[in-house]
Amino acid sequence: MYKAFLLKYAEIGLKGKNRGVFENALRDQVQFNLDKLGKYHVLREQGRIFVECPEEYDYEETVEALKKVFGVWGICPVVVIESTEWEQITAGVIDYVDKFYPEKNFTFKVEAKRANKQYPMTSPEICVEMGSCLLEHFEGLKVDVHEPQVRINVEVRNKTYVYSHIIPGPGGMPVGTGGKAMLLLSGGIDSPVAGYMIAKRGVTIEATYFHAPPYTSERAKQKVVDLAKIISAYTGPIKLHVVNFTDIQLYIYEKCPHEELTIIMRRYMMKIAEHFAEKHKCLGMITGESIGQVASQTMYSLAATNAVCKMPVYRPLIGFDKQEIVEISQKIKTFETSIEPYEDCCTIFVAKHPVTRPILSVIEKSEENLAEKIDELIKTAIDTVEVIEIG
Amino acid sequence: MEAYLDNAATTRVSDGVQQIMSQTMLADFGNPSSMHRKGMEAERYVKEARECIAASLKAEPKEIIFTSGGTEANNMALIGAAYANRRAGMHIITTQFEHASVHNPLLFLEELGFSIDFAPVDEYGHVKLPELLDLIREDTILVSIMYVNNEVGAVQDIAAISTAVKAKKPDVLFHVDAIQAYGKYRICPKKEGIDLLSVSGHKFHGPKGSGFLYVRDKVKVKPLIFGGGQQKGMRSGTENVPGIAGLGKAVQEIYSGHEVKREHLYMLKARLLTGLQEMEDVTVNAVPEELTECAPHIVSASFAKVRSEVLLHALEDKGVYVSSGSACSSNHPGISGSLQAIGVKKELLDSTLRFSFSVYTTVEEIDYAIEQLKVIVPMLQKYTRR
Repeated sequence: MYKAFLLKYAEIGLKGKNRGVFENALRDQVQFNLDKLGKYHVLREQGRIFVECPEEYDYEETVEALKKVFGVWGICPVVVIESTEWEQITAGVIDYVDKFYPEKNFTFKVEAKRANKQYPMTSPEICVEMGSCLLEHFEGLKVDVHEPQVRINVEVRNKTYVYSHIIPGPGGMPVGTGGKAMLLLSGGIDSPVAGYMIAKRGVTIEATYFHAPPYTSERAKQKVVDLAKIISAYTGPIKLHVVNFTDIQLYIYEKCPHEELTIIMRRYMMKIAEHFAEKHKCLGMITGESIGQVASQTMYSLAATNAVCKMPVYRPLIGFDKQEIVEISQKIKTFETSIEPYEDCCTIFVAKHPVTRPILSVIEKSEENLAEKIDELIKTAIDTVEVIEIG
Repeated sequence: MEAYLDNAATTRVSDGVQQIMSQTMLADFGNPSSMHRKGMEAERYVKEARECIAASLKAEPKEIIFTSGGTEANNMALIGAAYANRRAGMHIITTQFEHASVHNPLLFLEELGFSIDFAPVDEYGHVKLPELLDLIREDTILVSIMYVNNEVGAVQDIAAISTAVKAKKPDVLFHVDAIQAYGKYRICPKKEGIDLLSVSGHKFHGPKGSGFLYVRDKVKVKPLIFGGGQQKGMRSGTENVPGIAGLGKAVQEIYSGHEVKREHLYMLKARLLTGLQEMEDVTVNAVPEELTECAPHIVSASFAKVRSEVLLHALEDKGVYVSSGSACSSNHPGISGSLQAIGVKKELLDSTLRFSFSVYTTVEEIDYAIEQLKVIVPMLQKYTRR
């Protein structure tokens, strides 16, 4: 039935001179996502992206793939009438309304466009003629030009395109238009959502995961790979840096006050992630932190963690409640994987009463105890990184 | 070096099993129900496996129903027998520390209106017989007891229990989950008073997805899977010929030179126990005075101040593969029921590992595992939650 899709975008329309860059990026990303399914033609034209489907394709699957392209605001499934003859067009539109609107008592408006300016009717003429044609054919229909329930779009080109439904897209900006950032990815619920949200603004994502065998298992690592794979459906391929953190963790455990373990650990994680971020030309880092969620995410703790980074750290979930984060993770389908029970079993590194108001000078003082070996341990952790290409 | 000490979870198939399975997959791949020669060839494998298994139990071939494994055998025994005999009563007795594939079907039956009672076990995992007998009622139709416990290796005196049960109520059906026992012991259902017996193939070098239920002649069991009426309507579905052929081969192999094999397992067990006893802060669970009173292939040990999962992964890193609790249930959070049932101290529940052997396990593997434990455990004990 539907032979094509028309994709609408919102914010790109606002861009000035570099609008073309954004449109091309969107076109390319749509093509990339659809190439996995089959041979689709993706064209950029007049402020929209137009997708022509192959002879045989799966409607649901195609819509799902398009819903994962950042920058797409709306997806309109299009019926193509293989003609520009007026009789054929009216027959086609009547057929369209007949098929897609079983209840024929709504208000509507016809919106017309003609790409072919040679066409004997002007756009307003098409609207008027088509409107009265529909009114004649379906008794229950009424015209409302101000607030119609249904907007029937008729576009005359070398063929005629009819559409009236708009499926909401994810919004945002096409990936690859906003630079690159390093996501600190764990197996939890928050960090994949944080990565998704920044990627949605057009940012390319790389990720760093810290594992601590034998305190964390192979399955916990596999879970992170699985999560990266799910978000890569939106963000495009992700380079995942897996860092072995065990020795650093044990060293901190030996040398520092137990209540400060988590905060010190996070500071070193940020430091190492920043190293990879710089090396791979990222412009910032992303974490899933949200104020007050746990001891290491109080304003005090965030300040202490943040102090080690030179690079900006983006925390898109900072003002979100857990439930709001869960809702997004369910929407983007990372939730089911995040709650798999292979959580990090390094509870021995979590104090029963961790500091919630760390003071930077005190923390820095504690870290002096690490002076002897820490640089060497960090170097080893960096040198032994495992890089996994995902997506 | 590698030491695979997780044979209660699963075993490697033997070369003979692999060969016969290849043969039935590549050459004799027919459907036993087909009328032509290809079908007959395939049927012959099923027939021979059935005969071989029946012989191992001193039973009749018609008393063997092939299933997709131990879980299906347990489900069929419990749900099938309960349903078929529900008019005689709706009460079932089992023990506190059964495997999930017995426990959960019973919970399902409870939902359907059956009542289930759980008999207690002592510190060695032996069912307390007087308590069990006290649970028997007018409407008791079924008693289900595990032969060898999968987590701690406790062995029940099946013949004594069934004799006592049947002395009190002769028409009670007696089901035995023998998934960890078959291949380790010679089991004779008729002598031991067993009406239903579940077995899984992959615990003794047969393939995964194979197993059977022994149903004593005249015992009523309702099938759970309906279809084309294979296996006399008791278990529809095209027979898993490679699985069944592999299972038959594994049975034949495990019971040849059987006593020698069991001696080998007991020797390994004694060696591991000695090694563990040399270590500090280690408790072995459910090991009676006489080693032969517990299963030859399972050792359960608790390591104080170490989390089992961490120890497991640290051993894994050295090529030593073991289980925490029971592999079937260790993917699920929650503490082992078997360990609680035999009274393992609360602080040790999450510090317990299971080591399990097969005929392929060597002395070198045991020694290597002990050597690694002696290094890793003290190291991990240094890092406890403060």
